[in-house]
Amino acid sequence: MRVALFLTCVNDTLYPDTGRAVVKLLTRLGVDVDFPMGQTCCGQAHYNTGYRHEAEPLARQFSDVFRDYEAIVTPSGSCGAMVRELYPRMGERARAEGRGDTLARTLAPVVPKTYELTEFLVDVLGVTDVGAYYPHTVTYHPTCHGLRSLGLGDRPRRLLKAVKGLELRELPGADECCGFGGTFAVKNSDVSAAMGTDKVHNAESTGAEVLCAADNSCLMHIGGTMTRLRTGMRPVHIAEILASTEEEPLG
Amino acid sequence: MSETFVGMPAFPPPAFPAFPKAAREAVNNPTLRGNLRHATHTIRAKRARAVAEVSDWAALREAGKQIKDHTLRHLDRYLVQLEESVTRAGGTVHWAADADEANRIVADLVKATGEREVVKVKSMATQEIGLNEALEAEGIHAYETDLAELIVQLGKDRPSHILVPAIHRNRGEIRDIFAREMSAWGRPAPEGLTDTPAELAEAARLHLREKFLRAKVGISGANFMVAETGTLVVVESEGNGRMCLTLPETLISVVGIEKIVPTWQDLEVFLQTLPRSSTAERMNPYTSMWTGTTDAETADGPRTFHLVLLDNGRTDTLADEVGRQALRCIRCSACLNVCPVFERAGGHAYGSVYPGPIGAILSPQLRGTASEIDASLPYASSLCGACYEVCPVAIDIPEVLVHLRERVTQGGQVTQRGNKVVLKPAKGHAAERAAMRAARWALSRPGALRTGQRLASRTRRLHPRALPGPGKAWTGSRDLPAVPAEPFRDWWQRTHGGKDSGK
Repeated sequence: MRVALFLTCVNDTLYPDTGRAVVKLLTRLGVDVDFPMGQTCCGQAHYNTGYRHEAEPLARQFSDVFRDYEAIVTPSGSCGAMVRELYPRMGERARAEGRGDTLARTLAPVVPKTYELTEFLVDVLGVTDVGAYYPHTVTYHPTCHGLRSLGLGDRPRRLLKAVKGLELRELPGADECCGFGGTFAVKNSDVSAAMGTDKVHNAESTGAEVLCAADNSCLMHIGGTMTRLRTGMRPVHIAEILASTEEEPLG
Repeated sequence: MSETFVGMPAFPPPAFPAFPKAAREAVNNPTLRGNLRHATHTIRAKRARAVAEVSDWAALREAGKQIKDHTLRHLDRYLVQLEESVTRAGGTVHWAADADEANRIVADLVKATGEREVVKVKSMATQEIGLNEALEAEGIHAYETDLAELIVQLGKDRPSHILVPAIHRNRGEIRDIFAREMSAWGRPAPEGLTDTPAELAEAARLHLREKFLRAKVGISGANFMVAETGTLVVVESEGNGRMCLTLPETLISVVGIEKIVPTWQDLEVFLQTLPRSSTAERMNPYTSMWTGTTDAETADGPRTFHLVLLDNGRTDTLADEVGRQALRCIRCSACLNVCPVFERAGGHAYGSVYPGPIGAILSPQLRGTASEIDASLPYASSLCGACYEVCPVAIDIPEVLVHLRERVTQGGQVTQRGNKVVLKPAKGHAAERAAMRAARWALSRPGALRTGQRLASRTRRLHPRALPGPGKAWTGSRDLPAVPAEPFRDWWQRTHGGKDSGK
């Protein structure tokens, strides 16, 4: 199976460890992973801030780069949701604007074969025990787009529960948004910060060492709040937990 | 009393500050945060339980959506049918294009009765048009009779929630308002009033009973209007609405044109989804239905009935393909109760009688995006999607928010008062627009992205801990992530260089 890693621009630039973890994990599970160098950004920030037309060239580029792979795997619930939920909508809007089917047709091939990492593991590879070892207490925060747009459900928690040495603690108010929300974090920084603080306090109340999520942009906000509040907890992407083994422990 | 009464804010409102500014005050008010957190979490959990016990909830939600979409698509036909049905049943139908026209119609109708007082059923439409204030200007006192609306009116306050307008108040505050203000409006609060719910309810009951028995004119909105029969429906929990709907001789109902359903059978869906979504009740306590004045001779009920059909931006909203779904709203307020932004910012920050997620998509459509508050409302969301998930008529609020963001940043064609006009982009987005364009340029070129990443990595020890300018909005409450020594793509090329497909 020819699988492409769509790492996302945020992870590529700021969280290369997550990318390395995905490569390590998928390789361990026998997947031949490629990282097409032409990839950049799915266009989510543009789209969600009201710049749909600026997002279109990025979406077309995404399709050009990834269309020939059998599967596209991304360690980001929100970027995965951008492709799966919003690329079709962009095509519809272009059609409604009298621009024909070109955009919809260009984007259609990548939509059904784009998977968020935990979806790919559970649904495509059919594994929940990935042979990981992570001797820490962890609480899991389901990020909004993974939870509600992609419907990841209990997949991430099933994967975490199968990790050797890991103790999973339930997060109170888990389904509540952390307050990141892309440009929301700066446009409405007071509300965003209040939401982040509440999320961090809930995480602290579990007594876990690690808050885990499947989206580094949310973790950037939560983690930045954690260090500012001097909590001693740390944010870790789920890929890094699942990639960790007794021979090569991570995070 | 009339000197101190300020009523509801005029609509369109006096210049409200942009959402982030108003929200900042609310976020820093611990009493308000506590009141909102307690109230929203309680009702959120109750709603979830009430919905979970309905096995066909998803089908009811879809049915509600389809009934509303069908009705909106054929609104022209159903409105005419409704007018015929109401007229046949002895009512009089009036058409109001905007708030001013509706207020003038109602004021003239009240004046024609010779009365100077009206009792009001809780109604969003009359708040939207600022009816109380308009009546006051004509020397007519409007008394709110819904308990929470009474608290708001006595407190010279603004409603902050669709269903529970005094959600921002706790029991102690309500006691103080009753003790201080009731005497100026009618029967004073009992001596030694405490903040126990039973005593507060009794104080309101005694105060309001006097108004019900005296009033000759009642004013209401309606939750639904049935086109085939001309029946109006008001759904409420207290019974105070029913007092106003049955005791006065004249009833005037002001209702948005989107409140129509074609048939009685359609009510079956909404009378299941509305109570569970709003108050988490299995069955609504007081569901009042009346059809013109046909039963006036045999039963209790007004001898004269006027229906004022209100447009006030609804037809313009209906013209927008993406935004029109907001007109499906049945005002249950489930989206407010589940919204993490509403919970922290409070209802007043939305600068409208429609707060929360639904307000953030309704106000900029009904009022346009010209004002500071209306241009900021589409951004008053993290797009977490909790509102869409709970909406009983499946309004994709995040979709409409993003659509309205596009309208704010890009301008484009909209309908205003029935005319197609081209909006200019809103002010204050020039720098953002340039940044978005630049980002798109760089991200369309993997080489440019890589150059930027390398520059960031090489200068990483020089990066400040706190950012100036707009970046302060991030670093004010959060640390920045450390930039890694090399971006992923450089690592990949070093370690897997030969394998890349070259794309």
